[in-house]
Amino acid sequence: MNLDFSIFTDNWPDILGGLWLTLELWLGGSVLGMVLGLTIATVRQYAGGVVQRGIAAYVAAFRGTPFLIQLFLLYYGGPSFGLVLTPVQAGLVGMTVYSSAQFIEIFRAGFQSIPPGQIEAARMSGLGRMQILIHVQLPQMMIIILPSMVNLYVIMTKETALLSVIAIPDLTAVLNGIGSATYAYAETLFALAAFYWILLECVTAAGRWAERKVGRYLVR
Amino acid sequence: MSSLLSEALPVFIKGLEATIFFSFGSVVVGFFMAVALCTMRLSKSTVLSSIAAVYVSFFRGIPLMVQLLISFYCLPVVGINVSPGVSALFTMAACTAAYMAEILRGGFLGIPYGQIEAAQISGLNRFQILKEIEVPQAVRLTLPSLINEVVNMVKASSLISVVGVLDLTRAAQNVAASTYKPLSVYLTAGILYLAVTSSIGALEAVARRSLKTERQG
Repeated sequence: MNLDFSIFTDNWPDILGGLWLTLELWLGGSVLGMVLGLTIATVRQYAGGVVQRGIAAYVAAFRGTPFLIQLFLLYYGGPSFGLVLTPVQAGLVGMTVYSSAQFIEIFRAGFQSIPPGQIEAARMSGLGRMQILIHVQLPQMMIIILPSMVNLYVIMTKETALLSVIAIPDLTAVLNGIGSATYAYAETLFALAAFYWILLECVTAAGRWAERKVGRYLVR
Repeated sequence: MSSLLSEALPVFIKGLEATIFFSFGSVVVGFFMAVALCTMRLSKSTVLSSIAAVYVSFFRGIPLMVQLLISFYCLPVVGINVSPGVSALFTMAACTAAYMAEILRGGFLGIPYGQIEAAQISGLNRFQILKEIEVPQAVRLTLPSLINEVVNMVKASSLISVVGVLDLTRAAQNVAASTYKPLSVYLTAGILYLAVTSSIGALEAVARRSLKTERQG
């Protein structure tokens, strides 16, 4: 087996474009999913039975089905109800919705970890719901849910590899395309594996750093 | 919708069977690999322990999609010619083994060392200790997480459609292409997946509850 590395230098602009697209969709989808998840989890706290059941069904549906099926529904099924998206838009929306369902569960556990007495005390002191969220709930639960959040960001890096299936020119699509054109599958696929491994190590290291940072506040 | 369903139903059922076969099959094969990995990881030999650690880190660190592409395109290059189904099954097994090894490690560490010493003194060999004492208890302790791994593999198995295995996702793609009704076809596939994952999820809840009562009682 001869390894040919000129395929990387020859196709460098495409590879770089795919790499950026993968990183953008990963970070964009996960951050938007985190914001959506926090919003829904906050609403859930104050909502009545019907809304709560609706949110539970949303979480069950998106956590219980493969991400690939969700992408197909959005990209190929969307036009049937007037939602026409480009592949990249569908990818971003898909990543956001899929991760939001997981983030809701994480934030729910976070909210539950805070003693209800504190919320009552805050309410008695005249704080509004938004103030309670920002000053009482979020700072405390962040410390507790940080490991699960980092873990979810790690999981989402791996989900980006699926985006190539709906014709998004991400790193997986670009490298696999080069592999098909030149038969240099070994070089391209192992480069892809190396990219994901390095990305995962970076995210994990960043997570450890953040945990050390906030861990100080845990020790009283 | 109804005519679509009656025509496509056999295709969906065939795909669903394959999805169940591949996800459960990979978990069964992966379980034995996971026990081996876990024994290596916890052994006194630094070499064995490092090999297992690198294996786990590799297979958990790289998307299953990339692993499937590697085995689909690269195995023939090195002269291993197997059908897409066989390579998909073993790639899934290799991947889930890494996750299950990490789950089981917690269970193995939960067994008091005195039990192993007592078994050694009673004359049991290493394999007997593993089979009779360690594995049953480790599985008991980690059953909810192991069942959750089955749910993950049911969902992850949709990726084998990309390397040409006819599973539920691939069946849905075929039906969608021939009927031009992607919305109802993918919704049906989604509901079928949800039926499988929520049934297994219910088992997980039972396992979690019985483990809790066992610990209290």
